[in-house]
Amino acid sequence: MDQSFKKQLLIDFGTVLGSYAVLFALQKSGVINTYWQGIILVVCINVILTVSLNVTSGFLGELALGHAGFMAIGAYLSAFISKSLPLIPALEFPVAILIGGLSAMAAGYIVAIPTLRLRGDYLAIITLAFGEIIRNILKNLMLFGGTKGYPNIPAYTTFTWAFFGAAVCVLAAKSLIASRHGRSIISVREDEIAAEASGVNTNRYKILAFVFSAFFAGVAGALYAHYIRFLQPSVFTLDKSIEILVMVVLGGMGSIRGSIISATVLTVLPELLRSFSDYRMLMYSIVLIVMMLAKHSASGKIMFRPAADKTQEAET
Amino acid sequence: MTNVLEVRDLGINFGGLRAVDGLNLTIEPGQLYGLIGPNGAGKTTVFNMLTGVYLPSDGTIELYGENIVGKKAHQIARMGIARTFQNIRLFKDLTVKENVLISLDTQADYSLLTGVLKLPRFHAQETAMDEEAMRLLSVFDLQDDADKLARNLPYGKQRELEIVRALGTHPKLLLLDEPAAGMNPQETQNLMDTIRTVREQFNIAILLIEHDMKLVMGICEKITVLNYGTMLACGTPAEIQSDKNVIKAYLGE
Repeated sequence: MDQSFKKQLLIDFGTVLGSYAVLFALQKSGVINTYWQGIILVVCINVILTVSLNVTSGFLGELALGHAGFMAIGAYLSAFISKSLPLIPALEFPVAILIGGLSAMAAGYIVAIPTLRLRGDYLAIITLAFGEIIRNILKNLMLFGGTKGYPNIPAYTTFTWAFFGAAVCVLAAKSLIASRHGRSIISVREDEIAAEASGVNTNRYKILAFVFSAFFAGVAGALYAHYIRFLQPSVFTLDKSIEILVMVVLGGMGSIRGSIISATVLTVLPELLRSFSDYRMLMYSIVLIVMMLAKHSASGKIMFRPAADKTQEAET
Repeated sequence: MTNVLEVRDLGINFGGLRAVDGLNLTIEPGQLYGLIGPNGAGKTTVFNMLTGVYLPSDGTIELYGENIVGKKAHQIARMGIARTFQNIRLFKDLTVKENVLISLDTQADYSLLTGVLKLPRFHAQETAMDEEAMRLLSVFDLQDDADKLARNLPYGKQRELEIVRALGTHPKLLLLDEPAAGMNPQETQNLMDTIRTVREQFNIAILLIEHDMKLVMGICEKITVLNYGTMLACGTPAEIQSDKNVIKAYLGE
């Protein structure tokens, strides 16, 4: 086991550093132009959002529709920190990201409390309401400019920040799922009554999943805020939550690899479809349907394997 | 020696219905105890009260002298009462081994951070849990199925896996809810052997609900008969078989 762990560690870090080096070199040498550099950055942010939502929706098995709300909290609060706190620039951004993540995490805890009593559709409605409440508060909060928006946020988000933010999120989610805590989260999805009977404190693990998920949504929000440099509440609508959920579903509930792939594809796709101008969103929908169908074909199953099969593969 | 389980005057109301009334049960260490009764007698309700799924309206339940009424289901599981379910409740989309690892969580205590950072403590405990899971599975000859998904096991093995999972919490008392349901006579025979083995190997008391009289009379040392939520009789298999009230409840006048 220790041997296979070292191998896995090497693969994980190799993949992260390798892909970082390649992307970095391509960007520096100008092979990837500024336009695509921006898209790659958004891909990283969307990977964080998708993987983190997958922890609640895929592993805990609860349909959550308020992910944009957590992202908004992280975005606004981190922007507030970097705009108003007089820190040395090198320290300012990490602190801002951390505060963004932690405040979203606190919100996640608050949302998790009522969810302990609710399941399924009712839980989805609560989280949906939460997202809308956050957006409406931001609309009316003059401190953050209300509907006019929150301008002049320093442009701290670089490719390096976004990439390693995504890497940390993916690796943390992977380790969480492989630990006893992750197994307990999955057991809630599989059968709550049996989980309790096996000694799993289901309430505790529901809260854990929500809080983990919210933290990284906040981090994604912070990265987004310091990339786009101007925040307005209309970005964080239900549409945004649904968009993230679509990425999770397409990638496969409970598949981290799938989440990464689908977040990438669904972020890049609309850009590739720009040549269709007016028909772009129509094409996007069609491609989405085709991809959903293809996912259930034989070759699709290899790419988007569910979590259970993967662990099976890891054992052998 | 203190008794494993001491139930006194246990009762529960569901609205206006008195589902269980004035139940007394005493289980000694290592005892194989049977709980029988016609359908709807309240047997599973008793299990649900013992494991904290339902809160009894009155009475006390003591596990090794400690009152467990009002404790949550997972707390009771950690205190030493494990159970199986009448309708199999496995974690179907997880592997056989993972099913056991989840209940073995009661034996591990590394923190969240240790798990996420994969510190040495994580490896030490995970390796130990892994070995323990395989050891438990091998008692039931399930070690070769460890990496199969639980849903792909044949019915009899699924029932066995549920028992293995229950044993993962290292219980002092194991509750089996109709372990022989849906099994053929040969499988039932094997199950009887297994139950005896479990009792001896793990040194625990077992309380089982069963309709298969051959099994109950064959292995239980003491039996309580429930009817309409009240205790009809209590005694050794021989006593129960000759009890007039029991015969009446099962066969009519």
